[in-house]
Amino acid sequence: MTVLRALLVCLVTLLASYSTIPAAMADDLKDAINALAEGSLKDREAKVDALLETGDDTVVPVLTYLAEGDLYFRKSDKQVFLADKTGRTFSLTDPISGDVIPDISKRDIKKVRVNNNLRRQIRDGLSLFALNSRDSAKRLAAAETIYKAQDASALPAIEARLAKEQDAQVIAFLQEARAGLTLTSDAPEEAKLSAIEILRDKGGRQALSILNEAAETSEGAVKDAASRAIVAIERMLAIWNGVQNIWYGLSLGSVLLLASIGLAITFGVMGVINMAHGEMVMLGAYTTFAVQQAVQTAAPGLIDYSLLFAIPAAFLVAGAIGFVLERGIIRFLYGRPLETLLATWGVSLILQQAVRTIFGPTNQEVSNPGWMSGAVELAGLSLTWNRIWIFFFALAMFGLLFALLKRTPMGLQMRAVTQNRNMASSLGVKTPWVDAFTFALGSGIAGIAGVALSQIGNVSPNLGQSYIIDSFMVVVFGGVGNLWGTLIGALTLGVANKFLEPFAGAVLGKILVLVFIILFIQKRPRGLFALKGRAVE
Amino acid sequence: MISAFLFRGLAGRIAWVAAFIALLGILVPLSNLMLPSDHALYVPDYIVSLFGKYLTYALLAMALDLVWGYCGILSLGHGAFFALGGYAMGMYLMRQIGSRGVYGDPILPDFMVFLNWKELPWYWYGFDQFWFAAIMVLAIPGLLAFVFGWFAFRSRVTGVYLSIITQAMTYALLLAFFRNDMGFGGNNGLTDFKDILGYTLQNPATRAGLFAAAAFALSLALVISSAIVRSKFGKVLLATRDAESRARFLGYRVEHVKLFVFTLSAMMAGIAGALYVPLVGIINPGEFAPANSIEVVIWAAVGGRGTLIGPIIGAITVNLGKSWFTAQFPEYWLFVLGGLFVAVTVFMPKGMLGTLSSFSDKVKSLKPAPKPSQTEAGEMRKEGEAS
Repeated sequence: MTVLRALLVCLVTLLASYSTIPAAMADDLKDAINALAEGSLKDREAKVDALLETGDDTVVPVLTYLAEGDLYFRKSDKQVFLADKTGRTFSLTDPISGDVIPDISKRDIKKVRVNNNLRRQIRDGLSLFALNSRDSAKRLAAAETIYKAQDASALPAIEARLAKEQDAQVIAFLQEARAGLTLTSDAPEEAKLSAIEILRDKGGRQALSILNEAAETSEGAVKDAASRAIVAIERMLAIWNGVQNIWYGLSLGSVLLLASIGLAITFGVMGVINMAHGEMVMLGAYTTFAVQQAVQTAAPGLIDYSLLFAIPAAFLVAGAIGFVLERGIIRFLYGRPLETLLATWGVSLILQQAVRTIFGPTNQEVSNPGWMSGAVELAGLSLTWNRIWIFFFALAMFGLLFALLKRTPMGLQMRAVTQNRNMASSLGVKTPWVDAFTFALGSGIAGIAGVALSQIGNVSPNLGQSYIIDSFMVVVFGGVGNLWGTLIGALTLGVANKFLEPFAGAVLGKILVLVFIILFIQKRPRGLFALKGRAVE
Repeated sequence: MISAFLFRGLAGRIAWVAAFIALLGILVPLSNLMLPSDHALYVPDYIVSLFGKYLTYALLAMALDLVWGYCGILSLGHGAFFALGGYAMGMYLMRQIGSRGVYGDPILPDFMVFLNWKELPWYWYGFDQFWFAAIMVLAIPGLLAFVFGWFAFRSRVTGVYLSIITQAMTYALLLAFFRNDMGFGGNNGLTDFKDILGYTLQNPATRAGLFAAAAFALSLALVISSAIVRSKFGKVLLATRDAESRARFLGYRVEHVKLFVFTLSAMMAGIAGALYVPLVGIINPGEFAPANSIEVVIWAAVGGRGTLIGPIIGAITVNLGKSWFTAQFPEYWLFVLGGLFVAVTVFMPKGMLGTLSSFSDKVKSLKPAPKPSQTEAGEMRKEGEAS
């Protein structure tokens, strides 16, 4: 008999794994559903069980409607329908085919009666129903739900499912769920010990709380094993926590890198204090917004790729304004760094007000494209795609800029002018143009940073202000005139910020970092990677 | 000796300007209080408050000029000293409210009751006494400047780096004072003041008195600053500005010179802040904003740095312009301010007063050959050092 049943179960599971319902099965299902119309309330319990056993998603609405008292059968042929009252008449939905029959009078149909016992049975059954779903992803989710809810009544269902489950991943999840339930039940010691092992390997906060409970309530070997498992899990959690902090820190660091890398060129390479640097970032972000609006109206199909158009556009806009700024103002102020600081601050005020006048003072919405939204789960860490993209984008920008400085003729001229302006000039380098293009380059890169930052923050006229001090800190900390210093400085400050946050709070953490930099500059006035040699003075 | 020292400060234009400001401090309150409101020379109440505020700004700008114009230290954090002085005064005014607050607690200020604090934090002790608050107005900004300057000047942080870390300092303080658990009222700051030294703040007579106090403080600070820059020490100060390394090689302790001026200037800024708070009736963390500190720099630059009088004129002119523009064309004020920054630095590096006096110099020296002034030579040398 049992052999026969096992065979039958196998057969059913095999059939169930087909995506389309075979005609014969559909007929069986139809009969099973229609059977609900007949018999007493008592008989109906068995019939509901039979429906739950099928593991077919079709029965979910049937049972839900039944529990709500909205399941009716047609008096003429005793066929069961899902009924929705529309005004005075009912519209009936065939549960299997999904066909809708509108305008049915109340007289032609009769309600399938239901009582509280049945309702409870349906509710419990449906909560475990997903465990027998055809879709392995749904089974996984169901097992996880049970694990999280610690619903002891689900234990028999898990056992039953384990007996016939074939997907290795689902089996592992089911075993973990079972282990959690076993440990809190009064199962024998061996079962509990193996359950502890499973939970220890699983890890995570839920396992920790289950084990804590077990360690408190039990004695002897189980208590010892549970305590050891707790220690192991806590160590893992601490490590993951550290990894998470590092990731958040690197992510913040990459944002800082993007914001400050343009500054590293204008300040570091040229020695120009550009207080309007933040506004270049802001202009980049607004260009992204404008490009998005343009793409929306011109080619809505490409909206997911508007960022790709925004990158060169932002570079050109910010770069052009940087070029004009250098030619129009800054070149008159070379050798007077403090005056440059003041003049560019004035420019930043003008740019802010200009953007406020054109776009309005409120935040503008820049949407995330599909490929940048959502998150990826990685062993207890949730990494959002936009952060991942920005991280690699920042590194790519750094690499590009580095190559530009080291490998191209323009980079060579830029470095020559930085090191010895007079000598470069007498060797035929047009130093004024090199200055202008270097400044345009730094500004353009700030514009590109704005494209990235528009994805993670508000786009408002004050956007640049919130980054300018941080950017200066990065450049000064890393060492002026050194791109590597900027990279290391940005990532270090990012990670330091995120590690201080948990126990100092976000604001205090930031204050501590600022104080640290102030003290650091006292110790090493030229930053982490200082330029050496005579060029410094 | 002290009188001889101060007497030296009264040389030249300074004496006239100081006397004029002190005279204003007497005449304006008198006109406000004594003359009938339809008299031609009557000064209305709001003008007294407004110009009182401008006088405190002028004091702040002059304090900045002392370090920037005469010592070459461009501080982008003087707003922090101003705000700290303001907070010290605000704490006194807060304690004076007593049980007249919304919650009626005799000791705790309203915001502490609101945050459910049970006891007064230790750093609020003593602020119920005016003399204690007055000392703190000088001591807190002075101490911060001393510690900050001691570290910075000793390790020879100069030029742009110094500017940026002073900016970081005021930014850090801004963030700190925004925190509720700092015990300074968080976001809202300190406000709802009732009276000062027993006089009701709403009373025009109190306002007139505060105006007089601001005018006298400015006048006195001007004379003291002028005396300092005209003393032997002042010559060292200028030497430090123009050729720091050379002054050091000649045996002067450059960092001590800088530290003294920086601390003194911070104390003046603190006084300005302390006079500002009762006049406007509020102090909040916004005063620490780096943008505010940079605005002070432009006041000094517009008026003419390195002149002491210039920043006073600059502060009053720019703020008059600001009041007018923000009332008439609020949209355009930032354009004007930004344009002012650019125009002054590019076209008028010496400011209004400097341009005026170099113009009159030119007129005078039409006959003899023009010789380069000391500051210009200094500028050129600094350029050499910076590049």
